[in-house]
Amino acid sequence: MIKLLSDFSIGESGKIKAVNGEGRIRRRLFDMGVTPGAELTMRKKAPLGDPIEITLRGYELTLRKTEAACVEVEVQ
Amino acid sequence: MKNFALAGNPNCGKTTLFNALTGSTAHVGNWPGVTVDKREGIYKGGKEQVSVIDLPGIYSLSPYTPEEVISRNYILDEHPSAIINIVDATNLERNLYLTTQLLEMDVPVIIALNMMDEVEKVGDKVDAKTLEQKLGVPVVAISAIKGTGIKELMDKAIEMPAERKGTSVLTGALERQLECAVAYYKAEEVSSPLFHAVKLLENDELELQRSGAKAVGEKAAAGEDLEAVIADERYKYISANLSAVKVKKNKQALTKSDKIDRVLTHRVWAIPIFIVILFFIFHFTFSENLFYLNGFTENQAWMPSLVDCGLATELENGEIEYNNFWVELLAVFYDGAVYSPGVILTNLLNLFLDHISDGVITLMENGGAAEWATGLIGDGVLGGIFAVLGFLPQILVLFMFFSILEDTGYMARIAFVLDRIFRRFGLSGRAFMPMIMGFGCSVPAAINTRTLADDKERTATIRVIPFFSCGAKLPILTACGGALCAMAGLGNVDVITYSMYLLGIVSAIVCVLLMRNTTLKGETPPFIMELPAYHLPGFKNLMLHLWDKTKHFVKKAFTIIFASTVIIWLFSHLSWNWRYLSDEEMNQSILASLGMLVQPLFTPLGFGSQLGEFGWVFAVAAITGLVAKENVIATFATLAGCIAALGASVDGIVVGDTLAGIDGVADAAAMVSATGMSGAAIIAFIAFNMTTIPCFAACATAKAELPEGKFKWTLLFWLVASYVISAAVYTIGQWWWTLFIWLAVAAVVTTFIVLRNIGKFDIFGIFKRKNSKKE
Repeated sequence: MIKLLSDFSIGESGKIKAVNGEGRIRRRLFDMGVTPGAELTMRKKAPLGDPIEITLRGYELTLRKTEAACVEVEVQ
Repeated sequence: MKNFALAGNPNCGKTTLFNALTGSTAHVGNWPGVTVDKREGIYKGGKEQVSVIDLPGIYSLSPYTPEEVISRNYILDEHPSAIINIVDATNLERNLYLTTQLLEMDVPVIIALNMMDEVEKVGDKVDAKTLEQKLGVPVVAISAIKGTGIKELMDKAIEMPAERKGTSVLTGALERQLECAVAYYKAEEVSSPLFHAVKLLENDELELQRSGAKAVGEKAAAGEDLEAVIADERYKYISANLSAVKVKKNKQALTKSDKIDRVLTHRVWAIPIFIVILFFIFHFTFSENLFYLNGFTENQAWMPSLVDCGLATELENGEIEYNNFWVELLAVFYDGAVYSPGVILTNLLNLFLDHISDGVITLMENGGAAEWATGLIGDGVLGGIFAVLGFLPQILVLFMFFSILEDTGYMARIAFVLDRIFRRFGLSGRAFMPMIMGFGCSVPAAINTRTLADDKERTATIRVIPFFSCGAKLPILTACGGALCAMAGLGNVDVITYSMYLLGIVSAIVCVLLMRNTTLKGETPPFIMELPAYHLPGFKNLMLHLWDKTKHFVKKAFTIIFASTVIIWLFSHLSWNWRYLSDEEMNQSILASLGMLVQPLFTPLGFGSQLGEFGWVFAVAAITGLVAKENVIATFATLAGCIAALGASVDGIVVGDTLAGIDGVADAAAMVSATGMSGAAIIAFIAFNMTTIPCFAACATAKAELPEGKFKWTLLFWLVASYVISAAVYTIGQWWWTLFIWLAVAAVVTTFIVLRNIGKFDIFGIFKRKNSKKE
């Protein structure tokens, strides 16, 4: 099943299918290791529900839901 | 001399390595155009001396952040002898992503595999030899914190051959496309053709500017989206080769860092914990009643003051005379209450500075120097510089606490927790820290904005920092507020002080919103950020960091601030015919006549022409406040004496005992009574001083931190904002119905901006063009 990263709930994992979005944001996501094929786990949400924290390539990354909506993930 | 550039991800231990290599030889300079520190130092431990340049921490060489552009241009244009690429062994995958890009440049590269001790601690293994074979450049395992492997690293680096041709991990997958682009760059005779070629295939903004490049790139890509392919290929290469390099033990359920994180970013407790931490930072820096040992209120106070103990006597003018030097020294730590570390350090420094300036003045008087010369040196030069230097301990203590928060990784979590709130105003969570630091002092606050990635966000943040009323502005609040209370017969100033702080915060929010929708328009910067693992800060690094700041600040105190204080002193003690004036004659000074000249300008703010004959004192106090905000109340004291000598009636307001205990209340009350100022005008005066151009130290810092050309607009912004804010305060306070006029104006401005931004209102096209030129 393919889901947007912004719709993930805590503890869910998956493999990235595609990264969309406008040039600058997409580039930044790539540079931080958010590339198709990478595996990630949703770790937590900030106290106010946004941004979110994910584990990816062995480190912790935070991004906003609007940015997470650019990432399509195959849920495992 | 060979020069080595240090490059690596943020948080990979780059600065620690830089400090270990260069020790005390490091010095900080600014990059032209952009204000990011370029640190340079000399390494003397090897066969020959080499210079080491610390490049800003980066994840990639894309042209989207100033740090990345700087690092990229430095390596390409300045041709360093070699790059030392620091790689965090605990986070190999993402760190090597940058390495694969650096290897594409025609520069010798050596890899410093840092934090190997951390890797071994959790039982994992990283094989440096295999990594060396795979990458084709030397790899040396080091621990920057412990200082191991550094000599070997530098020996190898110095012996490396001076030439190296770039290699790419992409040549397999993108052979045809790369060949095509490389051929183009070779024909253009550009150095590092391979690097440029890859960037061109990524549709890199900087590469597309070269004439003809766009066509070549499009032809090579043939409609394919190579940006994703390239990023993917790099990571594929890294993952494919990593299994041979890194042996990972089964991961434990929760590391220590995870456990800390669970508490600090807890859904419910995160924000309360943060507030408590913040409270203690300010408490340790500014409190004159440590841990509230002396009770929470005046009534609970039980500790005797030094005067009560008979160790000191209070003089007629309210100054305290200590029985001997030891009592004076004791007063640094305790006088009626135990002081916090920040206050103790400030007292110590001021004790030292006071003795110097007293000594110099006594020496000059005994040596028969003219009165004006003693005044110029004692009050003007030393008084001015020492007033600014006196802030230094508290600035450093505050800065130290915030550095610790940054180094431990907590600051990134705060940004994570608060981002949601700040996004509404067009800022990211990171903008919170500099703003809150503003309550302490604007200088470290402005420096702290460096953590903001976006230039416009930084500019907006620096501009509103002074609205978060700093420690030095508090006396203005309490003294003027006290005078107001005395006038109205109220008991204490808490409510007024509190509301003024609130007014500052609201003004900051409104101004940020306004700027982010007009002159500093831009998308909310993205918030895609690494949350580094928690770790203890290194003591030596912290100290070196603070030492850097001290050098910077002292240098400023002795240059720009020095010049400005001397000029203001001269203006306030010279008449137009160059006669020296004593404090009591200040009304004849150049400054006073300037004050009288600008006095009418303050009429809409309530302290202009309507105050009559003695109204200029408020204008003068505001001007002297530019040096240091403490000066506002100090000037009140001087001028109260001056106008009393001129025959003003200064005893109109009875100041009660409690209020008289606050510094400056009596003087402020005297000025108010002499001028017949209204209550609304007093509040407007406070508001004006709170939001106008900050002190010289803060201005100098803001100038250094703002992008080029923004400083003059920032000065204008401060002037206009403070004028509008205090005019609003005065008119609404004086005639309540004007509130509706202000609301109507605000509504019109908002509608205008909204309409313009959604593009329905383009008759102001000319203005738009002008504005875009300005900003």
